[in-house]
Amino acid sequence: MGIELRMPALSPTMEEGTLAKWLVKEGDTVVSGDILAEIETDKATMEFEAVDEGTIAKILVPEGTDGVKVGAPIAIMAAEGESAEAAAAGSPKVEAEPAAAPPISRPESEQPTPHLMETAARDLVADVAKAHDAPEVPEGTPLTNMTVREALRDAMAEEMRRDERVFVMGEEVAQYQGAYKVTQGLLDEFGPKRVVDTPITEYGFAGLGTGAAMGGLKPIVEFMTFNFAMQAIDHIINSAAKTNYMSGGQMRCPVVFRGPNGSAARVGAQHSQNYGPWYAAVPGLVVIAPYSAADAKGLLKAAIRSEDPVVFLENELLYGQHFDVPDMDNYVLPIGKARIVRPGKDVTLVSYSIGVAVALEAADELMHEGINAEVIDLRTLRPLDKQTVLTSLAQTNRVVVVEEGWPTCSIASEIMAICMEEGFDDLDAPVLRVTNEDVPLPYAANLEKLALIKASDVVKAAKAVTYR
Amino acid sequence: MAKTARKAAPRSKAPASPNRERPKEPQRYKASKDELLDFYKQMLLIRRFEERAGQLYGLGLIGGFCHLYIGQEAVAVGLQSAMKVGRDSVITGYRDHGHMLAYGIDPKVIMAELTGREAGISKGKGGSMHMFSVEHGFYGGHGIVGAQVALGTGLAFKHQYAGDGGTCLAYFGDGAANQGQVYESFNMAKLWDLPVIYAIENNRYAMGTSVERSASEPDFYKRGESFRIPGIQVDGMDVLAVRGAAEEAMAWTQAGKGPIILELLTYRYRGHSMSDPAKYRTKEEVQDYREHRDPISHAAAELEKLGVKEDDLKAIDKQIKDIVVEAAKFAEDAPEPAPAELYTDVLVESY
Repeated sequence: MGIELRMPALSPTMEEGTLAKWLVKEGDTVVSGDILAEIETDKATMEFEAVDEGTIAKILVPEGTDGVKVGAPIAIMAAEGESAEAAAAGSPKVEAEPAAAPPISRPESEQPTPHLMETAARDLVADVAKAHDAPEVPEGTPLTNMTVREALRDAMAEEMRRDERVFVMGEEVAQYQGAYKVTQGLLDEFGPKRVVDTPITEYGFAGLGTGAAMGGLKPIVEFMTFNFAMQAIDHIINSAAKTNYMSGGQMRCPVVFRGPNGSAARVGAQHSQNYGPWYAAVPGLVVIAPYSAADAKGLLKAAIRSEDPVVFLENELLYGQHFDVPDMDNYVLPIGKARIVRPGKDVTLVSYSIGVAVALEAADELMHEGINAEVIDLRTLRPLDKQTVLTSLAQTNRVVVVEEGWPTCSIASEIMAICMEEGFDDLDAPVLRVTNEDVPLPYAANLEKLALIKASDVVKAAKAVTYR
Repeated sequence: MAKTARKAAPRSKAPASPNRERPKEPQRYKASKDELLDFYKQMLLIRRFEERAGQLYGLGLIGGFCHLYIGQEAVAVGLQSAMKVGRDSVITGYRDHGHMLAYGIDPKVIMAELTGREAGISKGKGGSMHMFSVEHGFYGGHGIVGAQVALGTGLAFKHQYAGDGGTCLAYFGDGAANQGQVYESFNMAKLWDLPVIYAIENNRYAMGTSVERSASEPDFYKRGESFRIPGIQVDGMDVLAVRGAAEEAMAWTQAGKGPIILELLTYRYRGHSMSDPAKYRTKEEVQDYREHRDPISHAAAELEKLGVKEDDLKAIDKQIKDIVVEAAKFAEDAPEPAPAELYTDVLVESY
């Protein structure tokens, strides 16, 4: 038998794809580096290259096939010196006994069965898929199911149509259509004057955007990820956040800094961190970190319209998740208002961004054990909606904070302080926090899993505060 | 329309600023047959290693970001063959596998890092972008574009401070060359005449943005002029041209003349990372480089001229393949880190 070619995983989160086109046919000889096929993922069309030389003996999956799972055999290749017929004959399902088969010198046959990349990110995303979420809109409002990615794009496009001063700038936002495809289509509609590709110059373009805002424009500055905004944090904090105050209210700085924040999938310590608590510590900034697509849209529109500098923290793992979004003009949500995602009476789970999915998953599990949890999505981290938390605390008398981030000096710490200072008499148990482990995020799959928040830990904490 | 593969432009005879000393025009390195064979093996090891890494990524064994070095092999081998492990230091960005291999670091522990195993060079905690070998004077492996330029300047500061005779080789790309800290580093490096070689690997695309769309001065070797740092543009697809330039650069830093810039014109065959569909360039352009400029084919042809037989090259190919297969097997079979490793190495001391 020959070498099995299998459906490759072409991105960290890809699980299946479309075999769009074969660029070789049976009988073709290929060498390492030849393009064998084009494969479509949710984000893009990718080329699948040969890594060995040989002859294509048999194509197992015809072109145009959708939903081909990562790791599924798609073709058989005869190795050097092996006839294509012999290779094709030993198709994977009718594998001959090892003794009967000709000896194979190729090490490829020893490879383990391909599997999806191991990552805790998948568990987080699974929590999103399981959770139910309905936007707060009047009864009868039509809803459109869309991804967070599309909702963010629509928010920007709508605001750009509405206000000439709004423009987007950042790395790969225009011609590449966005590193994470959030700005897809904007260049076509608005042209290069308003959708601006920058060099890799975070400090420079964050400052330029801030200056343009001081001058009266309304820039949306996209960071490819907030990890790279560390290069630019001086302008976010020292230039943008303090302008209005230092000028006695005469100079405005209505800039939106947006991009993905928090852990992604196996991208290691320098690319996986939640900056929510960092920015939320700074007076003069508005900090938003939405969970659902509806909130992402309504709050991004609000951020763009705001006269204040806004740090808008998205989440890469949420980009591809679907939610119902109200189909209405001017869907603008109030900044600084939390949302009760799931009402309950026994314990309050407070979270934001992807942590909400974990909290909702935990709430489902708790329901089976007779504990009715209320889930609050803070949505805005600064100004923080204390009142919604305190009102819930007054009803449930117990709070667990769920945060995909480090525990120390966190949003969780802040919620705990608020509950102590202003809700002490309502507390029947200490407030607990479920956060990531207090370490830089490790790359290894098993350690990554151990480091990130899990619904089971939230369940444990909720049981502890309800004394069960 | 496909652009023709770009070679180093012949430099104008008149120096940009005549009142300064400049390095000599580098000569293509005259390698012996054995030396060239060695360069060939190293380049082939990087190529085969990276192909295998791409394959393991496709199998789900490598996660997250994975930036392959395929096409750029002559740069790492040409430069690092001129350096001395133990005396000199190397620092780079996230496209680091090739730079590690060119410094003689065991492919097994690199591959095991890619699969996130305890036997990996960072115990599985760093991943593709974050690998280090202090033993070899290899200081990483950095994920934030441009950061390694300032860090490398610091390593050069150490060489000067300690008087250890070392030079730091700091790699960065055409994309990173637009970061502000690069110029802050240039200024200090020349101000204090630090022994650092800034190696700009110009592979023409900062992710999906071409040099033409991101650089007001696309000749990166000129970027040090206003800091009085000389620059040389080098054909980065020719390992001997690169080695020749490395000799000149090393002579410059070793003579205490301070920093120097090498711009290596090169090309990456694969996308920026594994999930890059590479729509920003034509297939013809990539094909043109593969067919006409490939550093490994180029070296093979030269070796044949020196009397190395095709069979000998095939035997080397087999030998390299075996090394890579062994590394991949090691990386697949090695156990994951122990759960307790999650909490180790955060701080050095206990408080």
